[in-house]
Amino acid sequence: MRYALLVQGGPYSHQASHSALRFAQAVVARGHHLATVFFYHDGVYNAARLSAPPQDEPHLLDAWRRLNDEHGTELLVCIAAGLRRGLLDEREAARHGKQGHSLEAPFELTGLGQLIEAGSHHDRLVTFSP
Amino acid sequence: MTRQDMSAIPNGDLLVILRHGPHGSSWLREGLDAALVAAAFGQRVSLLFLGDGVMALLGGQQVGPLGQKGTQPMLEMLGMYDIETLLVDRGALVERGIGVSDLSVTVSLVESEDIANVLAHHRQILNF
Repeated sequence: MRYALLVQGGPYSHQASHSALRFAQAVVARGHHLATVFFYHDGVYNAARLSAPPQDEPHLLDAWRRLNDEHGTELLVCIAAGLRRGLLDEREAARHGKQGHSLEAPFELTGLGQLIEAGSHHDRLVTFSP
Repeated sequence: MTRQDMSAIPNGDLLVILRHGPHGSSWLREGLDAALVAAAFGQRVSLLFLGDGVMALLGGQQVGPLGQKGTQPMLEMLGMYDIETLLVDRGALVERGIGVSDLSVTVSLVESEDIANVLAHHRQILNF
């Protein structure tokens, strides 16, 4: 089956991101395809490229990246929710006259329409919220 | 909507559940955003207001001093997006002392025990 996840909890603030990652790993371990993870609400902070958790805690950012690297999972971040919260890729940073950027590939800023598409085109869309 | 006319529960592509009031968090605003985008993509969208989410429907809301945009203008836009199914948990209204005449939009009341049926009538659910 093709799965999509919707993550709406901030990393290290709520259980949602941790649970989503564990579910993601279980999905691929069972031989399903995890096609899309969509980050919305405070979930967009999962994409913060400067995230630097203590070494004895799970590194959520790296775990998301690994999903993309090993399984081709697209990591989509709602652009409206992201920009408000300071999640800008290089292009958006330039457009808004900001020095530096806070989001980079494999995360992509996209519209909410991509969430709706994911819900329509995949077999399952599972939400993880605080 | 009474238990007798459950057939009146519309089938839809997407049910957006709203459980937060208009102020204090961005859940309501971001949930409504998702509903509007889905409708713009041609999906048949229903809204279900549960718990404090029913506060979204109160009339006479002001933006207030906090500098947040209100959500009432978004509710007024729903019709333009063909979102006409607004389902409300009757119990949530009663618990909060809100009457239907206090609401700014036309809604269909749902009994708590019928909510599972509402979920079953929609292909996909987003919960805010």
